[in-house]
Amino acid sequence: MNAPGHGGRREVVVFSSLLEDSAEDLYENAPCGYLSTLLDGQIAKVNATLLGWLGYTREELVGRRAFSDLLTVGGRLYHETHFAPLLRLQGEVGGVALELRTADGSRLPVLVTSKVKSGADGRPQLIRTTIFDASDRRAYERELLRARQEAELDRERLQRLVRTLQHSLLPSSLPQVPGLRAAAHYHIASRDEVGGDFYDLFPLTSARWGFFLGDVCGKGAGAATVTSLIRYTLRAAAVYDSDPVTVLDTLNAALHQEYHGDDPRYCTAIFGILAPDGDGFSITLASGGHPPCLLLRADGTADYQPTPNGLLIGILPSATFTSRAIHLGPGDTLLLYTDGLTEARTGATGTPDGRFGDEALHAFATRLAPTTASAAVAALAGLLEGFGTGLDDDTAILALSVPSPGE
Amino acid sequence: MGDIGARNHVVVSGRTDGPTVMLAHGFGCDQNLWRLVAPELARDFRVVLFDHVGAGRSDLSAWRPERYATLDDYAEDILRICRELDLSDVVFVGHSVSAMMGVLAAIQEPQRFAKLVLLVPSPCYIDDEGYRGGFSRADIDELLESLDSNYLGWSAAMAPVIMGNPDRPELGEELTNSFCRTDPLIARSFARVTFLSDHRAELAKVSVPTLVVECVEDVIAPREVGAFVHAQIEGSRLVTLPATGHCPQLSAPEVTIEAIASFAAR
Repeated sequence: MNAPGHGGRREVVVFSSLLEDSAEDLYENAPCGYLSTLLDGQIAKVNATLLGWLGYTREELVGRRAFSDLLTVGGRLYHETHFAPLLRLQGEVGGVALELRTADGSRLPVLVTSKVKSGADGRPQLIRTTIFDASDRRAYERELLRARQEAELDRERLQRLVRTLQHSLLPSSLPQVPGLRAAAHYHIASRDEVGGDFYDLFPLTSARWGFFLGDVCGKGAGAATVTSLIRYTLRAAAVYDSDPVTVLDTLNAALHQEYHGDDPRYCTAIFGILAPDGDGFSITLASGGHPPCLLLRADGTADYQPTPNGLLIGILPSATFTSRAIHLGPGDTLLLYTDGLTEARTGATGTPDGRFGDEALHAFATRLAPTTASAAVAALAGLLEGFGTGLDDDTAILALSVPSPGE
Repeated sequence: MGDIGARNHVVVSGRTDGPTVMLAHGFGCDQNLWRLVAPELARDFRVVLFDHVGAGRSDLSAWRPERYATLDDYAEDILRICRELDLSDVVFVGHSVSAMMGVLAAIQEPQRFAKLVLLVPSPCYIDDEGYRGGFSRADIDELLESLDSNYLGWSAAMAPVIMGNPDRPELGEELTNSFCRTDPLIARSFARVTFLSDHRAELAKVSVPTLVVECVEDVIAPREVGAFVHAQIEGSRLVTLPATGHCPQLSAPEVTIEAIASFAAR
């Protein structure tokens, strides 16, 4: 053996096979359990390894017990409902996790593989089973399973928290404004993260109401705190001075003061004031970097209502906003939305990047006009749903309308 | 085939002019369980096979835990299949837990059913005062654990392969242990619904001629349970098959076919 050279290799082979010279010994003392059972499960043959694990003598098992007798009751149920039928159907079953009951009552986690042996006539004769000790592996799998169950629980908790937080950032219901109809829709892109879109409609005096709709950069907990700050700043600023340009100036200053340097936070928003005026409402609004709202008129036309020069809010120490006055008459609907709607990936051919786009929205609005707040919101909610997975961002929609005479 | 047909993967075969035999699989597998029995019965009967929603090639998207929370919910599906196929005088053969679904369906719409064959039935698996179902609550929890440990490697990605290619079944069969694969969540829920059910009180309400079939040795439905079912259903007949285990349609197909066919043809 030590001397390498002529004939050495051959000697090694002969020597090794001499060590493993008994098939019987290989069967009896294999590093796994061997079990042969009749088709009805009665044990016909069992090796010493398995007997050692179980603490039974051969006489106690052969011809006296069935394989399923060795299982725990739960395992027996599994065996009867899954393992045995599967074995009949496909002739073999592999890698099934079961637990054996040993003679002293303790449990042995095992992995079981069975194969049906057929005779020369093709008819099944008996079932051969190998059994591997899986104690360590099962402990590890239990840990995995527990970790997965905990992760699922955590996710549920998180989603509950997200829902609660999201609701706290949106009005639970829109207030009744005499002579006005209002409706809103919020699409949350992810159940795991708070969305960054927001809207509100609230009374200032008995004859003036404020409303806003916007979009904070980012999402999640960070965006939620910014949204909260924006909401309260807008509401408070409007009480102090309700000119929309002043309100947005105040928000710009508040955001810039709170978040600057390496953690800038900004948003886009439209803020407006509405007051009864003749047969409808006069609306003054200002926008900071937000997509223009749409006016869907009683005569069936629809147009964007841009407010030029509006910068992103909170990005510069001071910003310039301009306001715009709109008259909302009977049958008119004002539609505010966030860019989740226009930037949804619809595979549209009209836009260079396959997004829904401003033109398609304009066309959609024109088809809707004349409409009402609730009909417009319902139509847009349906449109959003139709986008399916193409809608990957949060989307908020707020519509205000004045009923037509007789409505 | 309508919605229900696709939802339950209903397969009709056999003699169109023969009496209808509907075969319902139990917990743990799907209509494959009848593969040794159905072709034989198809010579004399019209054979209706289906998968419970959540099993086999049923529409998995139709499964909701709250929609399938009781055996009555499954019984309702059986009645819907009968209505959709416009079946009457059905000989309903329910294996294991499906036997009780058949009982519930036949109480609700007796006019649909000519006969009931309850194959290794159990109206209640858990022991109770004066009743031995064979199991304790702890045993059932142990089964749920067995299910969990055996489905650890189950991948949701398997479902479309098996369920979504009815025209290419070989795709599914390449997988090991490919028969009777079930989404672990569904298996767990179905196991609960099955083994925690108790419909002993309903047995006396059966008005349809009934055959109770048991095996000489069956851990899940022991002979005393077979005797209980037989005693509760007035006028029922009891047959004890010389078979062991809970799936005589696989382990002893000949005697199972004989029991079903002779009762169905009477």
